[in-house]
Amino acid sequence: MKDRVGKLKAVTGRTEFSVFLGLLLLTVAMSIASPFFLKTSNIFNVLSQISRYGIISVGMALVIITGGIDLSVGYVVGLCACVAAWLTSQAHLPWPAVLLLVLLLGTVIGTVNGLLVTKMKLVPFIVTLATGKILSGCTLLLTKGMPISFESSLAWLGSGYIGPIPVCVIIMFLVIIGGSVFAQCTLTGRNIYAVGNNERTAELSGIKVKKLKCSVYIITSLLSALCGIIVAGNLYSSDASLGIGYETDIIAAVVIGGVSMSGGEGTVWGSLIGAAIMGILKNAFVLLNISSYWQSVVIGIVIIVAVALDVLRVNKKEK
Amino acid sequence: MGDSVICELQNITKRFPGVVALDQVNLSIKKGEILAIVGENGAGKSTLMNILSGVFPPSEGRILYEGQERRFSHTREAQELGIAMIHQELSLSNALSIAENIFQGRLPKKATGLIDKKKLFQDSQKLLEQVGLGGVDVKTLVRDINASQQQQVEIAKALSLHAKLLILDEPTSALTPAEANVLHGVMGKLREEGITMLYISHKLDEIMKISDRIAVFRDGRYIETLITKDTTVERMISLMVGRENSAAYTRARYMSEEDYNSRPVVMEVKNMTVHKKVQDVSFKLYQGEILGITGLVGAGRTELLQAVFGADKREHGEVYIEGKEIKIKHPSDAIKSGMGLVPEGRKAQGLFLEMNVRENMSIVNLKDQISGFRLIRRQEERKKVTEFNNRLRVKTPSLEQKIVNLSGGNQQKVIIARWLMNNPKFLFLDEPTQGIDIGAKTEIYDIIHELSENGMSVIVVSSEMQEIMSLCDRVIVMYEGKVSGELIHSDFEEEKLMTFMSGK
Repeated sequence: MKDRVGKLKAVTGRTEFSVFLGLLLLTVAMSIASPFFLKTSNIFNVLSQISRYGIISVGMALVIITGGIDLSVGYVVGLCACVAAWLTSQAHLPWPAVLLLVLLLGTVIGTVNGLLVTKMKLVPFIVTLATGKILSGCTLLLTKGMPISFESSLAWLGSGYIGPIPVCVIIMFLVIIGGSVFAQCTLTGRNIYAVGNNERTAELSGIKVKKLKCSVYIITSLLSALCGIIVAGNLYSSDASLGIGYETDIIAAVVIGGVSMSGGEGTVWGSLIGAAIMGILKNAFVLLNISSYWQSVVIGIVIIVAVALDVLRVNKKEK
Repeated sequence: MGDSVICELQNITKRFPGVVALDQVNLSIKKGEILAIVGENGAGKSTLMNILSGVFPPSEGRILYEGQERRFSHTREAQELGIAMIHQELSLSNALSIAENIFQGRLPKKATGLIDKKKLFQDSQKLLEQVGLGGVDVKTLVRDINASQQQQVEIAKALSLHAKLLILDEPTSALTPAEANVLHGVMGKLREEGITMLYISHKLDEIMKISDRIAVFRDGRYIETLITKDTTVERMISLMVGRENSAAYTRARYMSEEDYNSRPVVMEVKNMTVHKKVQDVSFKLYQGEILGITGLVGAGRTELLQAVFGADKREHGEVYIEGKEIKIKHPSDAIKSGMGLVPEGRKAQGLFLEMNVRENMSIVNLKDQISGFRLIRRQEERKKVTEFNNRLRVKTPSLEQKIVNLSGGNQQKVIIARWLMNNPKFLFLDEPTQGIDIGAKTEIYDIIHELSENGMSVIVVSSEMQEIMSLCDRVIVMYEGKVSGELIHSDFEEEKLMTFMSGK
């Protein structure tokens, strides 16, 4: 019995729990405020909006847990979306080849980020800021600033449905579940937390810190590449503006979800809740007919409140 | 050197919870002298200096400074009266210039409120000349000057505060002999200018060279003050050690000379060299042996151990296990060949502070508790952690408790358990009982003894003489990166060890 109470406390004491309560509250408030909110079509609409951030946030959460950051994700999305469109419409490659090449491109970008951070010992913030710039330029060079439209079965990933459920939503849930199991239940996952907690201790415990840190950047870029295909597939068209600004929304989702920016703490599925809160907020502005200019203001406030609550909680615990 | 007294300590006692760090200490410091303060670790030197420089007040007793009774509750108060302490770890800002460091927080201003650079540079230049750094540009960044020059800048900073009494805590521990010489020259010059200096050092030959008098401390008590020119290193050591050895830990059995002849060598390290830290060190490790490595701070003990373990970049050096050379490029290689390392500095290198006891303990051995789908077998992890938790009697409310909430002794037991779970053949412990209370200390000694009885070979790095003497079968003493002596248990004598430690 005592053990059960302890377990309950352990669950309710977590940041994810209070964030989840916030999400529930928001859902209830929205369903009262707008009759359209709980309609199936609206819910799937919100979920497919979230899916873009949700998928990448899994990788971002892992990166931040190791104590790093990846600011290049949005530009990976943009480049991969355009490369996918170009390979299909200009190079006329079949869709499996396009899929493979784009995912490979993601892997390469992630490897470059990872190697610059681990081997060259550069600060992740700067490295990914710079690679992001480079990728953004590459996208413009490839598209010459014009949209590329395409027809491909690959678009199914972004615009297809299985029953009433959008394919991209299913992919998001698969990625989140996979990512959570990876982080919580595998040796590599445990080691990622260990590295974020104390790199030196991890190294002395025989963990190959560099390899591990490199791998989380690869995972993140790979997921961003996947997301690029989804975004392009959703529109049957790609241009250089796709993905711009993703990094800030994704980092916000991860932080709202309870991952500590100093590393070592947080969960992958918490980021899904963070992404959901942001998705619902954005949806709310549309449904309630409020000027979308207020969106950024409110989301900014939500981030501050979420992080401040977390700091207060930690301080209280330490006392 | 006149005979007037600048500072007099009367019956100073300092109690910390559970320990008396200083017991009725009397000491008088003469104006313009260099007074060396010596004693083993835990003798109370640092506590005394902290009281004098205002870090904390004494529990009892009086400080008379320039004839007046003073009670400092903050270092600033001591500083205003001209008492400045120069700590082992320097407090300079690397990215600022020498001048900005000297006048940090007190930069001269012009009427407009902007910094008066001309005055800043002129004043700094004068101070640098005073400490023998006249040839260095005051605009040089601190990170671009060497360790002894940084020490000199630190002294210049103290002088800028009009210091009359300088306290130097192990100022040469990070310096090369040549750099130390420069510093000693500066000290001599300052003495001529009438500045009084307290000099804390473990390096006894330096003390013989530079000091006027030597105050010896032992176990929190003031023992005696020697006149340097009338005394010897041997006399100093015997006073530091004292005659009585208070109830020390002893093992049931130590390895004898016959044991050394009959037992196999299980590990051999040859020509280990780490850049600037360890030079060409070779040693053997026998089966079931507890080998101690000691020496002063900075002697290269930790670096040697970490180099063997693959955690410190070595220039060259080979490790042989049971006669076969083992290539160790990363700690994971060392772990594969049966080694384990409990590092010094638990918080910095030993713990995952925000993770719980279970995760901290299982981290090394977790690779053996993986199912076919590469998932962690939680039941098994929990079972094994529980087993070792009980075996080492770790006191924790639950295995899910964050390790940061445990006491130092229990944290250390968790780290030891981390390695024992992996069933190592060799266990290295670096300062295993640092910051641990006496009860837990004995428990850890018992654990180490039991491991050696079961055939494990153990290396203990420690700067505590008592620990080395009571725990080890054999000891290697290091001095400035080299082995300066080696003794087996039956030949252990504190005087001999001290002599080796000071490089004689």
